[in-house]
Amino acid sequence: MTDLKKTGLQVFHWFESRLGLAGQVTEMAEHPTPVSAASWWYVFGSAAMVLLVLQVMTGILLALVYSPSASNAWPSLQFINHNLALGWFLRAMHGWGSDFMIAIVLIHMAQVFLFGAYKFPRELTWIVGVLLLLLTLGMAFTGQVLRFDQDAYWGLGIGASITGSIPFVGGPLVHLLLGGPIVGGATLSRFFTLHVFVIPGLLLAFVGLHLLMVLKLGINEWPMPGRIVRKADYQKNYQALTKTTGVPFAPDAAWKDAVFAAVMMLSVMACAWFLGPIGPSGVPDPTIIQTAPKPDLPFLWIFAVLAYLPPELETPVLLIAPPLIIGGLLLLPLVAGEGEKHWSRRPVAILMVTLIAVTLGIFTQLGTYAPWSPQMDAWSADPVPAEFLAHRKPLERRGAIVFQEKQCRNCHALEGSGGLRGPALDTVATRMTEDQIIRQILQGGGNMPSYGKALSPAETRALTSFLMTLHGHQAPARDASLGTMPQNGTHPAVTAPENVPATESTPAR
Amino acid sequence: MSQPTKDSQLPESRLPEKNNAAGAEKSISKQWSGTEREKLAARPSETTRRAFLFKLAVGFNGLVGLVMAVPIFGFLLGPVFKKRDDNHAWVGLGETGSFPLGETRLATYINPITGPSDGETAKISCWVRHTEDDRFQVFAVNCAHLGCPVRWFAQSRLFLCPCHGGAYYEDGTRASGPPPRGLFEYQHRLTGGQLEIFAGEMPTLSNEACAGKKPLVQLETSAANEQGRPA
Repeated sequence: MTDLKKTGLQVFHWFESRLGLAGQVTEMAEHPTPVSAASWWYVFGSAAMVLLVLQVMTGILLALVYSPSASNAWPSLQFINHNLALGWFLRAMHGWGSDFMIAIVLIHMAQVFLFGAYKFPRELTWIVGVLLLLLTLGMAFTGQVLRFDQDAYWGLGIGASITGSIPFVGGPLVHLLLGGPIVGGATLSRFFTLHVFVIPGLLLAFVGLHLLMVLKLGINEWPMPGRIVRKADYQKNYQALTKTTGVPFAPDAAWKDAVFAAVMMLSVMACAWFLGPIGPSGVPDPTIIQTAPKPDLPFLWIFAVLAYLPPELETPVLLIAPPLIIGGLLLLPLVAGEGEKHWSRRPVAILMVTLIAVTLGIFTQLGTYAPWSPQMDAWSADPVPAEFLAHRKPLERRGAIVFQEKQCRNCHALEGSGGLRGPALDTVATRMTEDQIIRQILQGGGNMPSYGKALSPAETRALTSFLMTLHGHQAPARDASLGTMPQNGTHPAVTAPENVPATESTPAR
Repeated sequence: MSQPTKDSQLPESRLPEKNNAAGAEKSISKQWSGTEREKLAARPSETTRRAFLFKLAVGFNGLVGLVMAVPIFGFLLGPVFKKRDDNHAWVGLGETGSFPLGETRLATYINPITGPSDGETAKISCWVRHTEDDRFQVFAVNCAHLGCPVRWFAQSRLFLCPCHGGAYYEDGTRASGPPPRGLFEYQHRLTGGQLEIFAGEMPTLSNEACAGKKPLVQLETSAANEQGRPA
């Protein structure tokens, strides 16, 4: 046993005398850390790095089988999913690992921001961190393209369309992005190059820089209200703090990092095991247009923003907002490099993080069900609720058929089923008079197409009479000017719901 | 090496034992690098023949790098410098008889410019509308908003986009939603009973995949939108 130990030591020293790494590695691992920084709040950066290693490893394994050609990528993913032992699990880990990594990177960023850790002397660490965030998002986007399914194909089209709206250089940039005039093999192979060579290379290099600076400048101390960062004396104070309260990073702080990283890995594996691999969805055949492409989770909020921006504002916002946001993030430590670190003295910082988190959260949540998208098959798939047909006259029932047949349902829900793009029509007659409904149908407006050419007068009349029955238990809306005419209560506006008469107003106007 | 000074900063040194049996071997590399540095530091700073040659070599490398950059960037930016005509050609969509009068049908063609690994993606769809005897309109399937595939609904005579809800009338003009203009339209011609279109490039706002002389971005004012299209 002692012989074995001795041989082992000899081997170690043989290498060590040539590499000379052990001392430096030990020194790095044991670099003094303020005891306040040995906190559970400080575990996110290392977890992100561990997830990156997981992504690199699973990525290399997937690359053994994946074929980066437009004709074979989709079948090769199906092959990994279904024909290779545990192939599905590897794909699932890579996919969920990506989502976890983005989440952890964002949490890490919020923590660093709220703890004022980006301030002097760690400005460059923050700036490199912002680049790391962008590269991580770049990995997620290019990775989504490599899935090369319907979503990826049309997602590339969306990317090309956004790029094409850039003035002057848009056209050439589209060709540079796609590698040719259309989304095809050249597009996939250049995204493969980005995902597998270019971005990971930059990512690893910048992670190295980031880590180097963390070691060189020391881990940020736990901020205290009133402990102001000044360039003149910060480093002296920090040195003093680490001297008096310093503990070696490993093991005093690192055990928490290790526990958290392990929990994250277990979570990725649990998601992979229970939720399975992400996609691929349908085959990337451009002639199959029965598809509603959607981006992956990290980009759903952009999907939502693009739906809600007014058309006139879209291009300016798309072209101006990203440079402003990225520029702001990059410049933040240079502008606010000194001063208070503690969050309780930086209410604007708390408000900003809250606002951004809530905004991203809401837009992402909206993106999951996309209320702005028409439900393309609601007109033929969703039944008209029975109570909207009971006790209705033939003309009104005919109107319900027109309502379905003319795809109104694709944008307007009845009893919660159907599109959400337009308002639900369960009680439309309580807020619009008959004349208003006819005008709206025929002329459109307010984000609704006009149906003047698509409806015959008879169809319009049937449809209107159906819609006029949709007023729940309230009386339907009435035109106040007509209501003044003495009609002995027979005007449709004041009749009971059961016997709304088919009106004689002419739809053609 | 500055290792000893850094070590002293640590509260307690956890470095491995230095005075071990292999200590002598361990110091080899250190000594070597130490003497090299001393030598370098002791050298006069004036320009020597070697320093001059080094600068010359760096300059020479820069020159070679510059020359090499031409093919590298030429290759990388190749797709950018293609002329429009290189990316377009007339493609047949089929007999005119296969597009019934008054109807809008989905047609498919193989893009005239393809690569060896395009597979299914070389196929492109478009909407063909037969308006009169020999009058057609051919629309790109891509929504003018963000390029998603629009679907034709014959009953309501509308093209609807599944992504953000852009809607177009049967003649391709914008009806509602976020698109900044009507559907992209292909140039087309009839040759010997065949309907042909001038295609090859994915239509975006940056290129002219539309046949008409429409402005590239035909923003409709909200006033025009409000007026809509009365019957």
